[in-house]
Amino acid sequence: MSRLEILKTYKIYIGGQFPRTESGRYYQIQDGKGKVIGNICMSSKKDVRNAVSAARKTFGGWAERSAFNRSQILYRIAEMLEGRRDQFINELMIQGSSKANAEKEIDLTIDRTVYYAGWCDKYQQLLSSVNPVSSAHFNFSVVEPTGVVSIIADENSSLIGMISLILPAIAGGNTCVVLASEKLPLCSITFAEVLNTSDLPAGVVNIVTGKRAELIEPMGNHMDVNATVYSGSNADEIKKLKELAVQNVKRVKTYNKKWMNEESQDLYMISDLQEVKTTWHPIENIGGATSSY
Amino acid sequence: MAAFLLSFSYLFLSLILLKKPMNKLKPFSSDFDPLRHESPSVDKVGVEERVARIQTRSIKNESKIQGLKLVLNMIDLTTLEGKDTPGKVKQMCYKAMHLLDAHPGLPATAAVCVYPSMVGIAKAAVKGSDVKIASVSTAFPSGQAPLNVKLDDTRFAVENGADEIDMVISRGKFLSGEYQFVFDEIAAIKEACGKARLKVILETGELVTLDNVRKASDIAIHAGADFIKTSTGKIQPAATMQVTYTMLMAIKDHYDRTGVMIGMKPAGGISTAKAALHYLVMVKETLGDAWLSNEWFRFGASSLANDVLMQIIKMETGVYQSSDYFSID
Repeated sequence: MSRLEILKTYKIYIGGQFPRTESGRYYQIQDGKGKVIGNICMSSKKDVRNAVSAARKTFGGWAERSAFNRSQILYRIAEMLEGRRDQFINELMIQGSSKANAEKEIDLTIDRTVYYAGWCDKYQQLLSSVNPVSSAHFNFSVVEPTGVVSIIADENSSLIGMISLILPAIAGGNTCVVLASEKLPLCSITFAEVLNTSDLPAGVVNIVTGKRAELIEPMGNHMDVNATVYSGSNADEIKKLKELAVQNVKRVKTYNKKWMNEESQDLYMISDLQEVKTTWHPIENIGGATSSY
Repeated sequence: MAAFLLSFSYLFLSLILLKKPMNKLKPFSSDFDPLRHESPSVDKVGVEERVARIQTRSIKNESKIQGLKLVLNMIDLTTLEGKDTPGKVKQMCYKAMHLLDAHPGLPATAAVCVYPSMVGIAKAAVKGSDVKIASVSTAFPSGQAPLNVKLDDTRFAVENGADEIDMVISRGKFLSGEYQFVFDEIAAIKEACGKARLKVILETGELVTLDNVRKASDIAIHAGADFIKTSTGKIQPAATMQVTYTMLMAIKDHYDRTGVMIGMKPAGGISTAKAALHYLVMVKETLGDAWLSNEWFRFGASSLANDVLMQIIKMETGVYQSSDYFSID
């Protein structure tokens, strides 16, 4: 007897759960031959709001995790990715990638995850400093996560263009709301399934799918979002995001990198989403008349 | 062994009681007395379905803004912590009168709700405004104190200027079936209140069933409550739509029988503007427009006010708001 294939429903990821969009809308994506590959949630601004609420709720707890524990959790994500390697290759190929490229993309994704897992308990030491001041103070600067980050993932990449932005954000203790690629959304939801089985607290990463033209606005103007990260080169979109950011002076970071390059990852992607806190601690003069600290 | 005998004799006794023909009247007859008659039983599944339907009502934007302003005006802004200080109470009183000065045209809250020791401070802080002072009393939140202590507690609050008294019922006595005790206690506190309006907290989170909630509502109403209130906020679950609906129906039946209006105050756990609007819809659809004012309906809440404010600003600007830009409460 022939078997009826069970097709996967690609749902969005908010607060550790997989709801459908509250709007009930969806759009279809097709492969190169015009065959429909899936019905994808066309999220609304209310979904973005729900995602921001979830990200805000979990932010305090995630930021206060020990650096080592964040590192462990990111490493766990890499382990889970490895276990689903074939599924990702399959999905990348459905979306038009060659087998060689698909394999390269998932391998690089796993490696990049381990790379940022390694940074979790090291970036503070490199980005923080003791500052010379000319008064009787011990003056030091430490970095702290910015808060809730909205991420507009790269439109031309299903997996690597998205995770390259998510990982430095969460490694640095931020929580995020991600808008996946509109035309290549499959891997974003599978990646959400990976996150959901990786000890990552619910709400640290939230992923919505839908129309860029519609969702860039709520991603950019929500007052409870502290920074926006954008990958791509569409000048109109970048201009819009910068305008929307004005209301609560969000940090806006735009990248136009080739994410498939192994070099497209560094400490500065973490520091882009950190705030510097400087503390003046009064002390006795030490080290003689001319010493500042 | 003794315990076994005791429980056996209880069983025997209750069998006798069951056999005795009950002196039942129709629940809706005008001489209904909750101490002698059964309260109407509550259809839990029916209540849940009704409540679920109420939550799906769509409200147009203009009505929503009106509704949200009404919600603000119905809030009893509350602080009931062991760590309350005069400074905290004064700050809250200021907030009750000035919800968002940057946005003119918003109402003040209905009242502030504090412990008896803070009533004098709060009274002075809201002087000259319409904001009322509600005080919890009767050994809030447990109610585990002798009657004379509860009476003193109440008189102290009233003498210090409380306009409203929020008392708790003795849930232990209620659950043991000592309805007369509960009734007498409420009646005694009502007398001690003088001109202050009395809200009776049923603490529905401890009453277990909706039938008990209905029974407690009937007893409180008949003993002289001006308001019935769901919860202290110290026990989970606090106010739910189901429990509030059951209490609203008790109020409705009483009104239909006697023409006397009783107020309703859900308290605890209502923290979003959306939930508050659901409650307004429920009040309108059960009791009608007459109850849609802060004389007859209140929300006991602390964080609700900010969410409503954020929602009002969102509706006017189209931009989702952040609690970073609203006062801490």
